[in-house]
Amino acid sequence: MSQTDLEIVVDDPTAPEEDSPSVVSSGTIEIFVCILLLALAATLGYDNWRSGASWDSTGPEPGYFPFYLSAILGGGSLYGLIAALVAHRKAAETFVTRAQARRVMAVFVPTLLFCLVTQFLGLYVASFLLIASFMRAIGKIALWKSLLTAFVFTAIMFVTFDIAFDVIMPKGPLEAAFGH
Amino acid sequence: MEAFGLLLHGFAVLLTWKTLVLMMVGLVLGVFVGVLPGLGGPNGVAILLPLTFTMDPTSAIVMLSCIYWGALFGGAITSILFNIPGEAWSVATTFDGYPMAQQGRAAEALTAAFTSSFIGSLVAVLLITFLAPMISSFALKFGPPEFFAVYLLTFCSFVGLGREAKHKTVISMSLGLLLAGIGMDTVSGNLRMTFGSSELLRGINFLVAVIGLFGISEILLTMEERLALRGHAASISLRVVLSVWKDLPKYWVTLLRSSFIGCWLGITPGGAIAASFMGYNLAKRFSKDPESFGKGRIEGVFAPETAAHASGTAALLPMLALGIPGSGTAAILLGGLMVWGLNPGPLLFVEHKDFVWGLIASMYLGNVVGLVLVLTTVPIFASILRVPFAAVAPMIVVSCAIGAYAIQNAMFDIWLMLGFGVVGYVFKKIGIPLAPFTLALVLGNRAEDAFRLSMIGSGGDLKVFWSNGLVGSITTLAILLLFWPVVDGLLGRVGWTQRTRATSR
Repeated sequence: MSQTDLEIVVDDPTAPEEDSPSVVSSGTIEIFVCILLLALAATLGYDNWRSGASWDSTGPEPGYFPFYLSAILGGGSLYGLIAALVAHRKAAETFVTRAQARRVMAVFVPTLLFCLVTQFLGLYVASFLLIASFMRAIGKIALWKSLLTAFVFTAIMFVTFDIAFDVIMPKGPLEAAFGH
Repeated sequence: MEAFGLLLHGFAVLLTWKTLVLMMVGLVLGVFVGVLPGLGGPNGVAILLPLTFTMDPTSAIVMLSCIYWGALFGGAITSILFNIPGEAWSVATTFDGYPMAQQGRAAEALTAAFTSSFIGSLVAVLLITFLAPMISSFALKFGPPEFFAVYLLTFCSFVGLGREAKHKTVISMSLGLLLAGIGMDTVSGNLRMTFGSSELLRGINFLVAVIGLFGISEILLTMEERLALRGHAASISLRVVLSVWKDLPKYWVTLLRSSFIGCWLGITPGGAIAASFMGYNLAKRFSKDPESFGKGRIEGVFAPETAAHASGTAALLPMLALGIPGSGTAAILLGGLMVWGLNPGPLLFVEHKDFVWGLIASMYLGNVVGLVLVLTTVPIFASILRVPFAAVAPMIVVSCAIGAYAIQNAMFDIWLMLGFGVVGYVFKKIGIPLAPFTLALVLGNRAEDAFRLSMIGSGGDLKVFWSNGLVGSITTLAILLLFWPVVDGLLGRVGWTQRTRATSR
């Protein structure tokens, strides 16, 4: 029998405010991205032209195919830039509000730190730190729950990858102390 | 009939305890990633790919494809119970699925969704069983120009038939093709676009890019939004299942039509999103009571789910037969095949019969087992949503990092994944599609090799792409599809496509 009278309710205590002001418009980001892509197309195009973008006795040179792709990317980006500049005057759609940006940064910065810590302390220690601190700081979850979840998840990952499936992950001093 | 015999052989390959356990694990993981916000089929398959590195190819692909089936099933749970489409192709399911849940018919809607998913997939798998061997044996006659023409057709269809702004698809695709060329040139051995970096010598692995583009970017996007959920809980009883199944024959036209649409749009790169909307729109258009759609009509669940799943499954046909994936997830599966040293394409059917037919058999079995699994475990999977996102998000990030690192054992790839995560986030927000990028990254080197071999063979003459009827037809069709909006406009003027457009509205 269906039990549709029951409801699943999950609240979000850190939800972004609806009326948060815009940080930047989509049009501005589009212009910025098109300029970056145009610069990338020029750089890659130059590199391919340098490594040979024509024909020699054996056929097309190494840069032949990617050179023309760079040209297509440059063309598309230039078109996008002009289209974004024209549209920019008409509408200013929000790319991200201040509250949204804060939340995105709340994930991005810990992820960045996680990558950095992985390099020095290994993946498992970095994972433990990321999960525990994220749950505690962002989710406001009880400290013991955060620590336990982080430990259990990291242990499962270690057993699954390093032991059961023999997929070796980057290690740090802690694992070395235990002989791994 | 030969296909039938080979399929039975495939079942024999498949029916071992080890493979069946892996199938179950794959399905459970798949439904899990389908239900979780911030994950989905492509991400799930890409992230869990490293789990399969030490397996034999058949076991590995069976597990990965079952993750895919599971994710397809799981998406319907959140669409119907929470009005949250986990994937874009589930949007049309919410139109009638959620109203049904509000009316206390959640179990009926879920049964309809799972059953129609199964039917759509089944039709597509039947098509793969009988068509893929024929296409692959035909493709054995292909030379480099024919292969390049097929690649061109794929790329052009994305540009011409895609819903996004054309220049954005072109940007996405050319960027993917360019990044695929980074590293050592396979023909001359020269280094390209590495700028002296030893890390770039290996090139950019497309799985690393996919994990960043889909996994990390999705976490960033999901965090941006309000994560509060309010939805219905449901369990499905045998009585409801039998009652829905008893009524299935009444909807045979809808099911058949949606299956056909799905298969067509899966083989061509139209995709599951277009298929689900077209399936829904056509069901509404041909209904005697179109006004009742959107108010909780079961046909409104049958049509999009059948079409989306037929499309998702049929996308594996060109991947297996020609080595050209029809969707993002098929592209990731193709990447998986290449990791195990298998070369997807016509020769696969000749050189690795056990593998191919084991995979096709797993599509049948995976769907049957998947259907039973989701019908019996909906409450468990729906309750996954109770887990706070603040606990789920860092676990997904860690899984992504493990996935990215494991592919080439390179720390640089973890940084690359993060970079692609930011790119994916920005691209999604400004409407640059990611599917053409993924496809181009996978096919880039093969397309370039086919182009170079064709040009070497012809002494640099582009006429090689019209040198015979077959290659000429494919190339011409590719160009027509590239300029499809113009062609469509011209055809519309002479009254050819008015009816088609009207029906897709």
